[in-house]
Amino acid sequence: MYVAVKGGEAAIAGSLDLLADKRRGDRTVPEISLAQIDGQLTLAVDRVMTEGSCYDRELAALAVKQARGDLVEAIFLLRAYRTTLPRFGASVPIDTGQMIVERRISATFKDVPGGQSLGPSFDYTHRLLDFSLAVEADRPAAPVDPDATAQPMAHVGAILEREGILEAPPAAREPGDLTREPLDLPADRSVRLQNLARGDEGFLLALGYSTQRGYGNNHPFVGEIRHGPVPVSFIPEELGFAIEIAEIDVTECDMVNQFAGSRDVPPQFTRGYGLAFGHAERKAMSMALVDRALRARELAESATSPAQDEEFVLSHSDNVEASGFVQHLKLPHYVDFQSELVVVRALRAEVESRAAPPALDRAAE
Amino acid sequence: MSGSSNDQSTFDGGYNYAYLDEQTKRMIRRAILKAVAIPGYQVPFGGREMPLPYGWGTGGIQVTAAIVGRDDTLKVIDQGADDTTNAVSIRRFFARVADVATTTRTADATIVQTRHRVPETSLREGQILVFQVPIPEPLRTLEPREVETRTLHALAEYGVMQVSLYESVARHGRIAKSYNYPVLVDGRYMMSPSPIPKFDNPKLDRSPALQIYGAGREKRIYAVPPYTSVKSLDFDDHPFEIERWTGCCALCGSSESFLDEMIVDDAGSRLFVCSDTDYCGSRTAATEPAS
Repeated sequence: MYVAVKGGEAAIAGSLDLLADKRRGDRTVPEISLAQIDGQLTLAVDRVMTEGSCYDRELAALAVKQARGDLVEAIFLLRAYRTTLPRFGASVPIDTGQMIVERRISATFKDVPGGQSLGPSFDYTHRLLDFSLAVEADRPAAPVDPDATAQPMAHVGAILEREGILEAPPAAREPGDLTREPLDLPADRSVRLQNLARGDEGFLLALGYSTQRGYGNNHPFVGEIRHGPVPVSFIPEELGFAIEIAEIDVTECDMVNQFAGSRDVPPQFTRGYGLAFGHAERKAMSMALVDRALRARELAESATSPAQDEEFVLSHSDNVEASGFVQHLKLPHYVDFQSELVVVRALRAEVESRAAPPALDRAAE
Repeated sequence: MSGSSNDQSTFDGGYNYAYLDEQTKRMIRRAILKAVAIPGYQVPFGGREMPLPYGWGTGGIQVTAAIVGRDDTLKVIDQGADDTTNAVSIRRFFARVADVATTTRTADATIVQTRHRVPETSLREGQILVFQVPIPEPLRTLEPREVETRTLHALAEYGVMQVSLYESVARHGRIAKSYNYPVLVDGRYMMSPSPIPKFDNPKLDRSPALQIYGAGREKRIYAVPPYTSVKSLDFDDHPFEIERWTGCCALCGSSESFLDEMIVDDAGSRLFVCSDTDYCGSRTAATEPAS
């Protein structure tokens, strides 16, 4: 009996076998391929790459498959792989102005230079279940606009910047790296942005939402959201000049927010910034809202809401950390619990021994 | 169950030795050296993602990965036992990535990685005890902000903990803190001994073994060098005391060890046995021939 309550080699091996079996599911249904996950569950792969901090569609698809579709578990798998990779160096910062946009919208102007380009989006769908998707069928390709030009487009924000009514982006400087250095508070904005980019989409969504509901409101407008491929360049030490090594899909959100100004500074629009791998507008927008909220101190605003609390936000945004620690409660804790039992019993015994005879108590009343 | 065990995990050469790359190991070793130089001080380090989840021992695993070598013998316990699931999992992990001999015998181990217990068998010089730490900051429950607690440590301003213990005395007539009982290391830094029962606190004091504490999620390493003073906080009129049981271990008869309580039938009958399986097993083995 004593041994029976303990885990053991055989029990663990059995659990792993069952997991592998469940993962495969009904054997009469063909096994799902990585190409199917990558090509048809694209947004799941995008999220795993973003929060897993690793741009590799095939590995992310593998993680989704291995995790049975549990995206937080998949993110964990990808992170644990990423951390073992040697680091050759850092790329040149990507220039999203060079993006060949697939989608680009601005809520601040009816039209913008380059135009609004809706691209693929759920935004204009009715959320009615499409029963025709329940069966396999040939699906026609979307028609291609023969006039479409694959030209980079200037950012909407640049137009406002010129007028001075929108703050300029901060000057470039060496960013921090949370995957190499522990979080140091108060944190540099680059570190905050890295933390948010890796942060859980649901957590950031809720925090961003809370700012809209009055917990640290900063009157946001979507200056621009753009999605599409951007080139990645790297400067090898032995060459000394940049070479293009890859192209990655990203989603960028430039959120424009009010700022009242002060006695010395005229009112000016400020910015929150969001960037995610793949197509992830909800994530990029939430990130931008929270980034702006976390700038409260820098902009001399009162910081009283959760989304403005840097330590609270940055310490709880990572779902790999959060998922692990919450679920560690499943580990045995019986030694500590035993320790508590001994103390609580002793305390209870003392209280009971101190208790006056109940009959006398009632008589006194 | 005793002696070197084969965990059916064969060495996997697909990763760097002990999983972490050499630069990361160097970084962790530097953090450990600093931690040893400033006993009880929490050294921030660039904690990495590990293939085991946060909260399941990633700090301890990173420390072990940074110090383990092929000539080491590793013992891993959880709740004092070698055969609890998490201990099995971590031991298998190192057998797989570090090609290291594993043991369940405290005396044979050069590195003991532990969660929630300190072995009953006294440790000796040269052994390293690696703790898995969930919340490294002893003041965290009293002050949630890192910026604040860092200042409190810098100023050695620990009144808030004394007040908390005093409140416990005022409310319960005694210090009703049972595990993760705060200690003062080398008369300077307040330290969380990790969630070991306070029963184990006296074993930390002037231990001949090196104690290294790793907190993976919180990215902190701290240490207690051998023969360093570790004092459990208390008051003159309410001295520190450890848990006591009225009975003894049902298997080995020990009345000195930490006892786990087991409910053995539907009627709620209780059985008390040693939480340290190696200690209990070796005592049972020693008495068996005589009986």
